[in-house]
Amino acid sequence: MDLTAFAAEVGADGPVVPVGSRTQWDVGGAPDPDAREVKAPSGIVAYEPAEMTVRVRAGTTMAELDAALTEHGQMVPLDPRSADATVGGVLAVGQSGLRRLRYGPVRDTLLEARFVTADGRLVKAGGPVVKNVSGFDLCRLLVGSLGTIGVLAEVVLRVQPTPKASKWYRREGLVDHRTLHRPSAVLWDGGTSWVLLEGHPVDIALGWDEVEGPPALPRYRRSLRPSKLPMLTGRFVAELGVGTVHLHDPPPLAAPDRPDLHARVKELFDPTGRLNPGRRVA
Amino acid sequence: MPSALVADLEAALAPARVRAEPLAMTLYGRDASVLEGTPAAVCFPESTAEVQAAVRIARAHGHPIVPRGSGTGLAGGAVPVGDPVVIVTTRMNRILDFDVEDRMAWVEPGVLNLDLSRAVAHLGLHFAPDPSSQQSCSVGGNVANNSGGPHCLAYGVTSAHVLAIEVVLPDGSLAMLGGLDPDPPGYDLRGLFVGSEGTMGIATRIAVRLTPVPSTVRTLLADFTSVEDAAAAVSGIIAAGIVPAALEMMDAEITKAVEAYVHAGFPLDAAAILLVEVDGRPAGTEADAAAVADVCRANGARTIRVAADLTERALLWKGRKSAFGAIARIAPNYYLHDTVVPRTRLVEVMNKVYEIGARHRLVMMNVFHAGDGNLHPLIVFDRREPGAMERVHAAGTEILEACIAVGGVLSGEHGIGLEKRDYMSLLFGPDDLDAQARAREVFDPDGVCNPAKVLPAGARCGDLQRVPEGAWI
Repeated sequence: MDLTAFAAEVGADGPVVPVGSRTQWDVGGAPDPDAREVKAPSGIVAYEPAEMTVRVRAGTTMAELDAALTEHGQMVPLDPRSADATVGGVLAVGQSGLRRLRYGPVRDTLLEARFVTADGRLVKAGGPVVKNVSGFDLCRLLVGSLGTIGVLAEVVLRVQPTPKASKWYRREGLVDHRTLHRPSAVLWDGGTSWVLLEGHPVDIALGWDEVEGPPALPRYRRSLRPSKLPMLTGRFVAELGVGTVHLHDPPPLAAPDRPDLHARVKELFDPTGRLNPGRRVA
Repeated sequence: MPSALVADLEAALAPARVRAEPLAMTLYGRDASVLEGTPAAVCFPESTAEVQAAVRIARAHGHPIVPRGSGTGLAGGAVPVGDPVVIVTTRMNRILDFDVEDRMAWVEPGVLNLDLSRAVAHLGLHFAPDPSSQQSCSVGGNVANNSGGPHCLAYGVTSAHVLAIEVVLPDGSLAMLGGLDPDPPGYDLRGLFVGSEGTMGIATRIAVRLTPVPSTVRTLLADFTSVEDAAAAVSGIIAAGIVPAALEMMDAEITKAVEAYVHAGFPLDAAAILLVEVDGRPAGTEADAAAVADVCRANGARTIRVAADLTERALLWKGRKSAFGAIARIAPNYYLHDTVVPRTRLVEVMNKVYEIGARHRLVMMNVFHAGDGNLHPLIVFDRREPGAMERVHAAGTEILEACIAVGGVLSGEHGIGLEKRDYMSLLFGPDDLDAQARAREVFDPDGVCNPAKVLPAGARCGDLQRVPEGAWI
């Protein structure tokens, strides 16, 4: 299916709910059960390793994308919880992976987006190169917008070289992430710390216990100012230096400053409220 | 007798911080572009409350507003259009607070980019975006333009280094966008505001991310006998899985101009030189530096010089960052372009740029961020020469068209402003521009904040943005 056909499928009438692989289906509340489901097309459209960018349809799974990039020693550090997640789903939900401390959030990865508007038009935002300030940055507005202001159809992502080596370490107590050089992740559960280092084999050698990987992460997430994390109590896994806390229970709902501005975004991009009704971004 | 507008501004701020005399009108009618306009008045608030007052007074008198930092913008973003009140943030230049634990700082918009890095250097931190104008450009301006710089190749542009922004909206109200936690609730309005070129409000406080200064840095200078070889080396470095902290190219003409000015020992007979910087932990940095040198040699580098110490490194960078000052020795005016092309098309586009220059009888130089394909063709000319300006503009248009033809974009760092506004339709269709106009409308429904910038007239259905008579575009 091409993008024009997908735009026609989204159309301009009736409530629609964009579906990827449903790996983060619980984020943002339940969608309207009567809404029509739409699925973005999948497949890698263009990949030029020397450009360090990849153009991919939003319905492509991360597993498929990773396989294509790995062949050329490259990666997209989105690190979703499940390799079944689609590229569009990861971007629309906007939850960054465990290596955010080093590679930055999801929103830094999206360079160009082709999305379907509430009135069924196919719109391009951003551009296909690694640096671009031509016009307003709608890409960042789309990341984390849960398909409520547009439905992602095709994207261009920034690609990174795969690090030469990577190692997970475990250590008792709280590790100060600032004493490590560009760690990819530093996790802490209140008692034990886990550290992911990536880079030159000599540089990532630490005299700590090596482990296979990170601890199992609880299902819910909370966003806190990073320096507040050492005060946490109870059961959690915290991403030190980032501020994301993984919890077993849903966190309290947070409201943004000036909710009127956020409501205006929705009104201007989806005046009839047909895109993913029921889901809340704020 | 001052006008009612000026009298009200003087009452709200201070008479000394409101200017409307001819000299101020001329000075603040321009930025670092080649465009000019005329403000209705210029004011210099010192606090968020004064910015709010200035915005409300301007609106009450029916004038639009134009935010302005240091005025180093190259796309006419701060050039007044539509008889506006220019609100200058240079007097809001305090670093309010820095937090070592969270590696962030709250700053006012008028803080100069380099001053911020100097202020936190003793903590082993710096503000990573480093535009070549960093001695004079402001953090507020960096936010407005989503500024880049040589070291953005590895560290990311301004947007990746801004956590939260306090904004005065065009109705005079306050909003806090983003936050100090990683995923603030709601839509990413902070991300939308960064790079909005003063069309969505005025930043009055900015929370920036500070980045550790790397422990080991290696700076290499490689020179080549052809631009093609240098570009092949750039591709080779990226293909080797190395993302240098910076990867800059200078062509023969600009190298000569810079050397005459800084005496850094740049080879005067090179067709192109590459300035490559790698940083990180010792082993990885040395390995990367060795790999970069190997790739350069394999692609025909004549000599490779590694900066022996901080002094030499600073000298090499001074050469790169003072390029635009150095050309003043050649001609009084320059027109600096800024486009991004796919890396694999760099050589093709550069040759096209030289060809365009030759055809228009213009001196064309290139100094640019090769690592991310961000070309900065530089046209050196004398404005007083009859017809020069027309040839410069004609060449500029052809350069843009050539870049877009190979899949490039209009701007990598400088923004669209007024200069490239009418080229936006080369890159975006009507539906794309309509979406951008809606985004602007979130903050500025009346179109009074830096009007006539970024989006061409008619971008939004029912859009009546007109450039007033007499605006020089």
